[in-house]
Amino acid sequence: MKICVTVKQVPDPNLPLQVDPDTHRLVRNPEQSILDPADEYGIETALRLVEQHGGEVVVVSMGPLAAADALRRGMAMGADRAILITDDALAGSDAPTTARALAAAIRPEQPDLVICAVEATDAYTGMVPGMLAELLDLPQLTFARQVSVEGQTITVHRDVEGGTQVLQTSLPALLTVTASIGEPRYPSFKGVMAAKRKPVDERDVAALGLAPSEVGPAGAKERVRAVELVREEKQGKIVSDDGSGSSVDEIVAFLERIQVV
Amino acid sequence: MATRRVWVWTELAEGAPHRLSLELLTAARGLGEAAAVLLAPAGADALATLGAHGAAVVYHGDDPVYAQYAVEPQVAALAALMQAESPDLVLFPSTFTARDVIARLAARLGLGVIANATSVAYDGDQVVATVPYAGDRVATMTFAAPAPHLVQVRPKSYPVEPVGGQAEVRPVPAGVDPATCRVKIVETIQQEAEGPNLEEANVIVAGGRGLGKAENFRLLEELAKRLGGAVGASRAVVDAGWVPYSYQIGQTGKTVKPTLYIACGISGAIQHLAGMKGSRYIIAINQDPDAPIFENADLGVVGDVLTIVPKLTERLAAR
Ligand SMILES: Cc1cc2nc3c(=O)[nH]c(=O)nc-3n(C[C@H](O)[C@H](O)[C@H](O)COP(=O)(O)OP(=O)(O)OC[C@H]3O[C@@H](n4cnc5c(N)ncnc54)[C@H](O)[C@@H]3O)c2cc1C
Ligand SMILES: Nc1ncnc2c1ncn2[C@@H]1O[C@H](COP(=O)(O)O)[C@@H](O)[C@H]1O
Repeated sequence: MKICVTVKQVPDPNLPLQVDPDTHRLVRNPEQSILDPADEYGIETALRLVEQHGGEVVVVSMGPLAAADALRRGMAMGADRAILITDDALAGSDAPTTARALAAAIRPEQPDLVICAVEATDAYTGMVPGMLAELLDLPQLTFARQVSVEGQTITVHRDVEGGTQVLQTSLPALLTVTASIGEPRYPSFKGVMAAKRKPVDERDVAALGLAPSEVGPAGAKERVRAVELVREEKQGKIVSDDGSGSSVDEIVAFLERIQVV
Repeated sequence: MATRRVWVWTELAEGAPHRLSLELLTAARGLGEAAAVLLAPAGADALATLGAHGAAVVYHGDDPVYAQYAVEPQVAALAALMQAESPDLVLFPSTFTARDVIARLAARLGLGVIANATSVAYDGDQVVATVPYAGDRVATMTFAAPAPHLVQVRPKSYPVEPVGGQAEVRPVPAGVDPATCRVKIVETIQQEAEGPNLEEANVIVAGGRGLGKAENFRLLEELAKRLGGAVGASRAVVDAGWVPYSYQIGQTGKTVKPTLYIACGISGAIQHLAGMKGSRYIIAINQDPDAPIFENADLGVVGDVLTIVPKLTERLAAR
């Protein structure tokens, strides 16, 4: 089976995020950007399915040239090849435009399965996967914690409020996976070396058949009016426990004060 | 100017309107004439509840197909309804199915979406919504394209307010094409719930990786029981399989606003804070004095949860 996994390069979530005061966009410094950890679960899912059923894993990203690093990491984990949608006109695209660009790149691949993360770690709108499913006319299986494929049937366990649903559909389909899917593998040295020789196929807006005027900020259907810093630090009280439970008095006094006990 | 027409996409939980759907009716009422769209087989009580929370109209589709995981049929019906009725604004709650529907609907109609809104208002005829952004910032967003507009709202952004109205129920034309229902639910596995529901609890005792192992969650259950509260968790321990997903609090889990939140062995990652920062009081117990959770705590205790929690439970039991 052929699987396309959409992956995004995001600012390292362990570092403070920066916003450009003029464009209101996140500052995407390549040195401080990584393959979105949320997407590693999608890659892992794809690799496991291909190990079982044979086939090919293609990682697809839209981003600046530097996003090729994120694709290389995906290939170091084991993906076979990569497509990078890159064009200055695309900077500042919204979710609908991102979905259209990804759809244009993925459509000719005719994959059996498209895998996305539930949401990206930088903006977490979670809108791209559903939009992509619609544009590619695929059924969608979302929030999957477990996936299996048998013949043309795909079955997932979907996390929902108060339990789990077991959903089924026929391939081709689009899937979003959560972190519960299992630990992503760490790229081996061999994998890293092999990834250097694997192809990254670059596409610009023209190659995808999109007009520059309908992408980027010009094509965005939403606008950011203003961004404000809201640091809501509390000036709370800090106490240290000496290891014997010496802080319990203080906690009980607090509970009494707020009338919880 | 004509009255603005604000719709709320609603859903049911165990036969009654989901509480997040009711929260959004409060928002919609404040913005114009509120209508609920309910695409699910429902009893008269459920429809009456929507009216009592401010829906002047309920567009109701009761095709049995909607009892399935019916994203595609819902999108088809909603798209047709929106084209026929031209609402100004459609609000969606932040639930799993709502997200699936709104994204697909937006792509079908070529609309933009503002997701994760914590407030929605009008400035003249422009929708303005606030959205948490880049960690500790808030963005004010608006739309560049004309109505209809789609906004997904975060939980607990608005209170549930029964106002005692009655809705006019308008049936949504049936005739769902079975070919649009490509996904089937083959099984639903319910989780056993014990004690108060996380979203409704007055006190929440939440645990993170600092508890060391799954068995130690028992300590939190005992404390929660003492305080009449519920137990929650960080994503790290849900991913590790210590507790079920329904315990997860945060950006990709539940949003809670209890009177008291006790964070035990939780570092306070931004994604976790997103779901519990709104708590009235926060107590944090963590070994690491530099843990970010302390910046949000009313009372921070630097120490070992495994000693402090049982001692606290014991002390409360002795009272
Ligand atoms: C897209 C995305 C979405 C996410 N959504 C969520 C979400 O919805 N909810 C969520 O919670 N997380 C979410 N996360 C994960 C989040 O970033 C953190 O990884 C997670 O919250 C960490 O959980 P933790 O605090 O339990 O673990 P850790 O960060 O490992 O913290 C454990 C803490 O316990 C302390 N500790 C250790 N031993 C003891 C002891 N004996 N006594 C006292 N303290 C001790 C340590 O000092 C440490 O501070 C998300 C991440 C991403 C990328
Ligand atoms: N620029 C992008 N390039 C590749 N994949 C993306 C991009 N943006 C979003 N995605 C995919 O869609 C998921 C959800 O993103 P979002 O809707 O932005 O939260 C991500 O985790 C990716 O799998």
